[in-house]
Amino acid sequence: MLEHALKGTKKYWGWLLFLSVIILVGVYFYYRQFNYGLGITGLSRDVTWGFYIAQLTFLVGVAASGVMVVLPYYLHNYKAFGKLTILGEFLAIASIVMCILFVCVDVGQPLRMINIILNPTPSSILFWDTVVLSGYLLLNVIISHTVLEAERKSLPPPKWIKPIIIISIPWAISIHTVTAFLYSGLAARPFWMTAILAPRFLASAFSSGPALLLIMVFIIRKITKFDPGKEAVKELALIITYAMCANVFFILMEFFTSFYSSIPEHIQHFQYLYFGLDGHNTLVPWMWSSAILAIVSLVFLLIPKYRKNEKILVWVCVAIFISIWIDKGLGMVVTGFIPTPLGKVVDYSPTAPELFISLAIWAIGFFIITVFYKITLSLRKELVT
Amino acid sequence: MDKNRRKFLKLAGLAALGVSAGKYIDIIAKDTAHKIPIADSLSNTKLPTVKVNPKNRWAMVVDLNKCLVEEGCTKCINACHKTHNVPDIGNPKDEVKWIWKEPYENAFLDQENYYMTASLEGQKIPIFCNHCDNPPCVRVCPTQATWKREDGIVMMDWHRCIGCRYCVAACPYGSRSFNWRDPRPFIKEITPDFPTRTKGVVEKCTFCDERLAKGLEPACVEACTTKALVFGNLNDPKSNVRELLKENYSIRRKPGLGTNPEIFYLV
Amino acid sequence: MYDSGKILIGIIVFLILFTSPTWYDLVFGNPATKPNLVLPKKADQKECVMSTEYMRDNHMELLNVWRDEAVRKGDRIFITASGKEFEMSLTKTCLNCHSNKAEFCDQCHNYLGVSPYCWECHVDPKTVEIK
Repeated sequence: MLEHALKGTKKYWGWLLFLSVIILVGVYFYYRQFNYGLGITGLSRDVTWGFYIAQLTFLVGVAASGVMVVLPYYLHNYKAFGKLTILGEFLAIASIVMCILFVCVDVGQPLRMINIILNPTPSSILFWDTVVLSGYLLLNVIISHTVLEAERKSLPPPKWIKPIIIISIPWAISIHTVTAFLYSGLAARPFWMTAILAPRFLASAFSSGPALLLIMVFIIRKITKFDPGKEAVKELALIITYAMCANVFFILMEFFTSFYSSIPEHIQHFQYLYFGLDGHNTLVPWMWSSAILAIVSLVFLLIPKYRKNEKILVWVCVAIFISIWIDKGLGMVVTGFIPTPLGKVVDYSPTAPELFISLAIWAIGFFIITVFYKITLSLRKELVT
Repeated sequence: MDKNRRKFLKLAGLAALGVSAGKYIDIIAKDTAHKIPIADSLSNTKLPTVKVNPKNRWAMVVDLNKCLVEEGCTKCINACHKTHNVPDIGNPKDEVKWIWKEPYENAFLDQENYYMTASLEGQKIPIFCNHCDNPPCVRVCPTQATWKREDGIVMMDWHRCIGCRYCVAACPYGSRSFNWRDPRPFIKEITPDFPTRTKGVVEKCTFCDERLAKGLEPACVEACTTKALVFGNLNDPKSNVRELLKENYSIRRKPGLGTNPEIFYLV
Repeated sequence: MYDSGKILIGIIVFLILFTSPTWYDLVFGNPATKPNLVLPKKADQKECVMSTEYMRDNHMELLNVWRDEAVRKGDRIFITASGKEFEMSLTKTCLNCHSNKAEFCDQCHNYLGVSPYCWECHVDPKTVEIK
């Protein structure tokens, strides 16, 4: 099947070359980070997790969102998603690979990472995160490979793959729940220690992930003969709508409990995010942009006339993706540390090396998606040759 | 030659060049080595024969009435940082500290009080790792690079730490520091009988376990000239710390979080 | 095949490059000297913590055991076969006798191209090198 990835148009190779350049730049900056230490980033003694972990958190959500197309198709026989499930699984693989890479660039001693496996610690949620993320990657690799092989041979997939696909559904929920547990069990960080964090993560995952899938579907539909059908697009848009409603609702719930209770420990984080605290307001414009994008997208999604208009829908998906990327990424991770356990407000902003390394990892993810989608579409002969 | 074969040979040639180029980048990028002064002799020829006694429960009482931090005294900080080769990075972003001064209002965030005792208002107090009985940092460490010893000390193993900084996120007291860069250039004078750390690991106060093994008190306790720092065994009802706690009012940092810190402050 | 002459030359050049580690030293000579270990001349310490044969093969294993015993268990005393007590410490025990790292440890390590990263943290009292 790999031979399909080695034959392509000039645009295909041009896109891969573009991504490769970004990757090489990132590799250079990672070499610098490896030699200098993580001090090359904007992280500090007080804000110890930042851009890298923000990307990890967001991408675990995107990976989990594959379940939004898999569940209806395999559990409820919703045939309209037939062409999309494998794309969802490939998106999951690319996302998990990016997650693992973001962890690798974030730890201080990456060559020692095998210690997590040599010294398993069941009390540590990070240990379980390693287990579930690796398991999910393995599941999706097995599933997508088997299903695509079967498609290539024009045969139905083997019977044993069905239970594995069924397992991947609760497993997808678990990866994001465990990632939320990383944060929501820490008494030291009152901003994170909320029971609604895991539901918030899932709701935002199930809106941002399918939004990205839909954006990619629209792009692929423009440059190839691939078309999942109007029904699939409509249903996916509906899923995004409900998930986004839940997501915004959960955020408003957070506002209520914090501000009504007036507990400084809880309010201060939201003050920092939306109004600034002690003169520090780096994230304020970002959070308001995220909020405006979320509300505007929700309005367009809730009105069927606009939701069904695909020209509007694609931009709504972009808006949702960006809004959740801001809110779940930097908005959530960095704010856990501000104010510090000693009550100080410390700013954080990513440095250039940090951004270039992150960009390179995103490029690796898109590289993987491009290659996999190319193989799939060539197989299905849905390419414009 | 066939078009594909030609492409392959071109690619192979480029690859060979690329692989050999890597070696040269390494040579160019190496910094020049330079020496930094080392303290003259290896102190303490005493053998560390004292083993970990699970019947002990080590704790510290900090008597704020005797502490002279406010007057500018930093003897405990200097002793600790010198004994353990703690670097002085010089900026709050990358700094590493095991024990330091913090205003009372910041150290005791849950003691909000508009009208405070004059003696405590703004007073700087020494803070360090609380060696909690129920440490959240130990719970979250994925490699057990930090663990709770039987005698109560929350230990660090710098060989095993992968630098994930989960423990830093989990500590409610801000006691832990990460080595954002190589610490050696920032150590004025290295004490040779204690290792330095390397970049990429988390460090904190370890109650001087290497001194306890020799039957010595922690460095900060020994250095304090007013005996404001009192180190002792909580499990011994007749110990110095138990006597102090019986006779004086003591507070701990963020006791409501359930971490059960074992550093008691006498106000 | 076409261009068989060029391909043959290409294959021969590749084989020469590929096998270069085996013939290079024989052809051009090897200035690298065998390790010349200078044993310490401490008057009060005649024997090492373990036998020379054991140390030559297993000193890394010993150091790993010392590391876990000293740091993780808090047991810092090592008793040799002849009953002598030593502290389990690279700097304080090993380097106490083998005080010249360059004339002892580095001799074999450099010859074999091994760079153990112990020295990033553990201090060699004579010199401290920063990478």
